Amino acid sequence: MTALAWLIPAALVLGLLGLAAFLWALNSGQFEDLEGASWRAIQDSDAPDTAPSADSDDTRRNAK
Amino acid sequence: MDKALRSNLSIVGKREPALAPSHAVLTLKTVTLIVENMRCGGCMSAVEKALLAAPGVQSARANLSAKRVTARYDAAATDPEHLAATLERAGFKAAEAIDTSDETQANEASDLLRRIGVSGFAAANVMVLSVSVWAGLASDMDASAQALFHWLSALIALPAIAYAGQPFFRSAVGAIRAARLNMDVPISLGIILASGMSLFQTMRGGDQVYFDAAIMLTCLLLIGRFLDESVRVRAKGAAENLLGLKALSATVVGTDGQARRIPARALSPGMRVLVAAGERIPVDGRVENGTSEIEESLITGETLPRLVRVGADVHAGTVNITSSIEVTATATDEHTLIAEIARLMQAAEQGRGRYVRLADRAAQVYAPAVHLLGAFTFLGWMIAGAGWETALTYAIAVLIITCPCALALAVPAVQVAATGRLFAKGVIVKAPDALERLAETDTVVFDKTGTLTIGQPQLVAPEVICTAALAQAAALAAHSRHPYAMAIVRIASARGLTPRWGGGVREVAGAGLVAETPQGEERLGSAAWVGAEADGSDQTATLWYRKGAAVPTPFHFEDAPRSDARSVVGDLQKAGYAVELLSGDRPHAVSTAAAAAGIQEWRAGVRPAGKLGRLKDLSTSGHKVLMVGDGLNDAPALAAGYASLSPATAVDICQTAADAIFQGERLVPVLETLKVARAARRMSLQNFAIALGYNAFCVPLAMAGFVTPLIAALAMSASSIAVTGNALRLRTRRLALEPVGTKGKQA
Repeated sequence: MTALAWLIPAALVLGLLGLAAFLWALNSGQFEDLEGASWRAIQDSDAPDTAPSADSDDTRRNAK
Repeated sequence: MDKALRSNLSIVGKREPALAPSHAVLTLKTVTLIVENMRCGGCMSAVEKALLAAPGVQSARANLSAKRVTARYDAAATDPEHLAATLERAGFKAAEAIDTSDETQANEASDLLRRIGVSGFAAANVMVLSVSVWAGLASDMDASAQALFHWLSALIALPAIAYAGQPFFRSAVGAIRAARLNMDVPISLGIILASGMSLFQTMRGGDQVYFDAAIMLTCLLLIGRFLDESVRVRAKGAAENLLGLKALSATVVGTDGQARRIPARALSPGMRVLVAAGERIPVDGRVENGTSEIEESLITGETLPRLVRVGADVHAGTVNITSSIEVTATATDEHTLIAEIARLMQAAEQGRGRYVRLADRAAQVYAPAVHLLGAFTFLGWMIAGAGWETALTYAIAVLIITCPCALALAVPAVQVAATGRLFAKGVIVKAPDALERLAETDTVVFDKTGTLTIGQPQLVAPEVICTAALAQAAALAAHSRHPYAMAIVRIASARGLTPRWGGGVREVAGAGLVAETPQGEERLGSAAWVGAEADGSDQTATLWYRKGAAVPTPFHFEDAPRSDARSVVGDLQKAGYAVELLSGDRPHAVSTAAAAAGIQEWRAGVRPAGKLGRLKDLSTSGHKVLMVGDGLNDAPALAAGYASLSPATAVDICQTAADAIFQGERLVPVLETLKVARAARRMSLQNFAIALGYNAFCVPLAMAGFVTPLIAALAMSASSIAVTGNALRLRTRRLALEPVGTKGKQA
């Protein structure tokens, strides 16, 4: 029974982490372009001005 | 839990303003451009690169699903018009997006998604606890552990339900205030009663605890709601893209005589607009200067251009053909055609009445039945002598079992599958209840110009015209934007002729073209202009060409039907649809088109009010009419029809009024839409049957008190999965158009 004392909170915390990750993804627009995202993954990032994550991150947030 | 979330969110939120000041030095602005032909990942990066290479652009991010690109640019260095032009040079059709309610609707969809996330998290965790309790029933779980698990479930489920269930509670309160019952009333009642009773049982240390069922119900119902909403957002975005691409810019002459280019939506009455030859007129107005011919097939259905002089009224959406004119905008004038059509449309829309959706109709029967069953169960057990507590518990089990989870998923799941299938075929379904109404139609009324026909005149029997005459006529015709002249040039280039002309061609509005050559005068135009003898055929659809004193050559034209018009009309008639043709064009042209498409019932010279009248006659005689039209003159009829379709080339007002828009040069999407709509209706009914069948099985068990929380939860999920799976079959199945009159009712 004592195992429950930490198993249940552990389960809840893990669940909350998942939920927090989902809400973060939702708020930062990760679900806005599901089609495009699948293409971006396989694209050669030959253009350095679009590739850095900080840059595109910035764009996306501004787009909101 | 909520607190942890909020603080997490606020971190994300706070970083935004922190970034802003570094950019604030430049006057940075953000614009969203619609890019029509961005279809793959390659196009996406090409669009981004083209924009980034343009001067003044800080960043560009394309959204492939929405076919839009958002760019941040330095307002001092460039403007949206330039960016659109940059993309055009790179081979993309682009236009600035007009922001409308799209934003709020997209927000609503992501709000639902957030609620799904929260309820999903809660459902999963409550389930973990519930499964332990069920397992504990078989083994040796003691009462204190069970109570602990129940309390933990309550702690997780209650806040989650209070947050995630809000859309249903709000809608239910709204319905009750309006003294109606909708699906959300039994849903809300079921969720609230189940939570309340479970809390009571938890306090008492009982074992009829339904937190798992209540939260799972909320989660599944939210998924149905979200599917519904995302279909709507997608369709609306696509429809707005179509309209945005047609948005015009206009050349305005200021009081100082300077001409400026401004977006058409910035025009206001009284402005003087310069319309060059070949341009679409952006406003309703009066001609101030110049004489020209106006092609107004979108407004009147008439394929022939109209001659306008100073003082004549011209309408937005028509095309100026011959020479440039100056127009004073009179958009607010009560007497413009647009205003009249808007009035007709309003009246027609009120007349359409409120269509009650299938799901709501089901709810009207279902909701009272559920409440009655619950009440009977309670009373029955009271009479049988069980305590009020047991009786109430069983009544709640009935409510949970009957909670229309599958019913609420039945229609949205089918809608998603059906609209997804149509979307792939180039049909954008706009109205949420459009598919249901389309499925019930039994009569199809077509407009002629631009709907049944391509809307561009074609030369009749070009093979009888000798090549020399065609080449010379084409050389003259190349100087005009008159639809007939352009048809001649098309035929000539199809024959491999390249029209060549030195110049000296003059166009006289309403008459024709003339050129002086050393060999004499050449003329191309009406019979009177050329001096030809009428040969008895329809003179308004004929151009004549004469060189010097030679015998004039006639060129006859017709507005050719779409390539598959005949087969589509044939298939519709075979399926039992009555097909009619209503046109504002001349009888001769209409009868030809009707014969070509195989339509027996046609009317010509019908005014917008006349079309409306015909549709009313049809509906009073018990027909449900699908109106297919594209012109301004069809807009009231589109609004009045039981359901309506419009090609993507239609005027804005039609695309707004129509339930669905189809793209492409063929007419077959009309057939496909009807097929899918009827199949969707059949599947919805099947889904209702599945949901009801499951209820018929489980409700007696629940009333008899045999349903444990485990059975309730399992049965509910199973029926939802069955319903969704059934709907998904619609995506890939081969469909045939069902004959009219079959309701498609199968168990």
